[in-house]
Amino acid sequence: MAAPSELGGRIGRALGNAAARANIARAMYGLQKKRLLAFPDAAELERLRDAGEAIKRRAIARLPELLETLEASCARNGTQVHWAETAEDANRLVLDILQRHGARDLIKGKSMVSEEMGLNAALAAAGIEPIESDLGEFIIQIGGEGPSHIIAPAVHKSRFEVAALFREHFPDLPHGDEIESLCASARAILRRRFRAADAGLSGANFLVAETGTLVLVENEGNGRLSTTAPAVHIAVAGIEKVVERLADVPPLLRLLVRSATGQPITTYVNFISGPRKADEKDGPREVHLVLLDNGRSRLYADPELRESLRCIRCGACMNHCPVYVRLGGHAYGTVYPGPIGTVLEPARAGLGRLGELTEASTLCGACSEVCPVRIPLPSLIHRLRHDAVRTDGAGAAGSGARRRRLEALVWRAWAFVHARPAWYRLWTATATRLRALAPRRIAGWSDARATPRPATRSLHALARERGLDRE
Amino acid sequence: MSDARARILGRLRAAAPASAPDRVPVPISPATPANQADLLASFRARLEAVRAEVHLADADGWPALVQRLARARGVARLLFGADGQLADALRRQFADEDTPALVPYADPIEAWKGELFSGIDAGVTSSLGGIAETGSVILWPGPAEPRLLSLVPPVHFVIVAAAQLHATLADAIAAQRWAEGMPTNALLISGPSKSADIEQTIAYGVHGPKAFVVIVVT
Repeated sequence: MAAPSELGGRIGRALGNAAARANIARAMYGLQKKRLLAFPDAAELERLRDAGEAIKRRAIARLPELLETLEASCARNGTQVHWAETAEDANRLVLDILQRHGARDLIKGKSMVSEEMGLNAALAAAGIEPIESDLGEFIIQIGGEGPSHIIAPAVHKSRFEVAALFREHFPDLPHGDEIESLCASARAILRRRFRAADAGLSGANFLVAETGTLVLVENEGNGRLSTTAPAVHIAVAGIEKVVERLADVPPLLRLLVRSATGQPITTYVNFISGPRKADEKDGPREVHLVLLDNGRSRLYADPELRESLRCIRCGACMNHCPVYVRLGGHAYGTVYPGPIGTVLEPARAGLGRLGELTEASTLCGACSEVCPVRIPLPSLIHRLRHDAVRTDGAGAAGSGARRRRLEALVWRAWAFVHARPAWYRLWTATATRLRALAPRRIAGWSDARATPRPATRSLHALARERGLDRE
Repeated sequence: MSDARARILGRLRAAAPASAPDRVPVPISPATPANQADLLASFRARLEAVRAEVHLADADGWPALVQRLARARGVARLLFGADGQLADALRRQFADEDTPALVPYADPIEAWKGELFSGIDAGVTSSLGGIAETGSVILWPGPAEPRLLSLVPPVHFVIVAAAQLHATLADAIAAQRWAEGMPTNALLISGPSKSADIEQTIAYGVHGPKAFVVIVVT
């Protein structure tokens, strides 16, 4: 048997980690139930999804125009807008702003785009210490890990593992295993940092073109503090986050929060429209918005893959994915895991590097049934699988990279036989007669499953016997 | 990075579709509260479900209630907006019996950050009303009632006029004409700070106030 690929190795390790699997599965089943309870009226949910899909579809169709409107509105408010083509460019922009202010301490609210940028490592290399203030992100930062879920980054850890981590890193604080006491410890540690930080960094859930407003949802207050207490606020956001009007926010907010965690609303919804005014007593003196492309404009050029830009990052697709629920996010080896990651990451990094990820899906369709903006995730995963083996070089980056000659030959033969009744009958007759020769083991497949064997009689033969072929 | 801007917009423009699809109507939930009593009942139930405290007071009675609730919580120093709409009523109430001590947020944060972070037990603010469907209080902090007033102290008292309860966020945004001019920071607060980042189990009081006390003025 061939050695497992990198992905295969990660999957093997994830499957072997029973503790993390139990933590993840318990959390995901809980989130599934909470989402269901948050949308008690199925017909209303579908109408809400219609509205959410239409708002994002419209915004994405007018993306270049709305980005310019956003930039002008932000300028009017005093928010400085920066454009970054790549993660490296975005990191450099953030670093420039921090260095201009002589900032040493950066406090971060939760931001998946900053994970995508690899911002923490880039800043650390330049001598600036970023500290995560979202509880989940803080836990994985001190644990030296990446997030395993886009909404609940430390979902793979139990309270006991978190307590052990806190005891190891902050031995001076009193720690119990109770969740309330762990939160109290994190509050005490991070309060000092909020007070001392020179600059704060956040993501954004929506960018409102009409008013130049950054909308940020959160439960802890880490977003509020990161964007209010320090003298400089830097927001990083993907270009697809822009919506046309403030009135577009309520339905999207409703879909986002209920799909993500089943709450009616998050504890805090921040609408940030610029830096402190002359007569204000607090708030940052500068607000910067870094708009990140990082492959999004390439997705935009593809009418099918463009649909993935509607994503509002609620995480419902992974919460309901049978593959994610069993593996957790680390097995994917990417910043964004789950079905949306299976589309975004290979499309961005190229199918040569991440094409195998598209095969780690059953295409069961659970993700597209719950997606609040109706991204056809299974179709897009299927499309990328096709791109990975096509020969015309068209489609996503790395087109054709996973084509194997033998596999292609087998499928050509399969197509030939299935399109010709005479050949098909000959093939099924041969297969049933020679069934004793069928292999008893199939590498990889039969390790954990019964080996499929041809039946003694073909379905056609059985149907003929019962007279079903004449109906 | 203006080159980056031109290149990104150029790529997007080259690929943008000729027309954009229309909006479709946003459904109004049949559960949306309709009359004044329903609005208040929903507002209260939602807030209490996330461990916020809700009290009722009349237009003259709320300052005394704030004082009584603050004392009951052992608040020694209560922060308020020096030029806020609550200031006069609070000063009158606390003039005779100055417990807790009423502390005005009068100076820029740079002048007293340390004291704010460690020497204040509670803050009291006004609001622009509330949202019944989600149990949210609308805050537009500004010069009179700065942003950190409702964020750094461990307890936040907020005064909400019952007449300013809206059914939904969409209703509030439309009725209060938000799109015509947003403040630096507008905010919805729906309970005390919380997190479910450990085992998806809700714990209260992470970074923001641990207690959120809403006084509805009827």
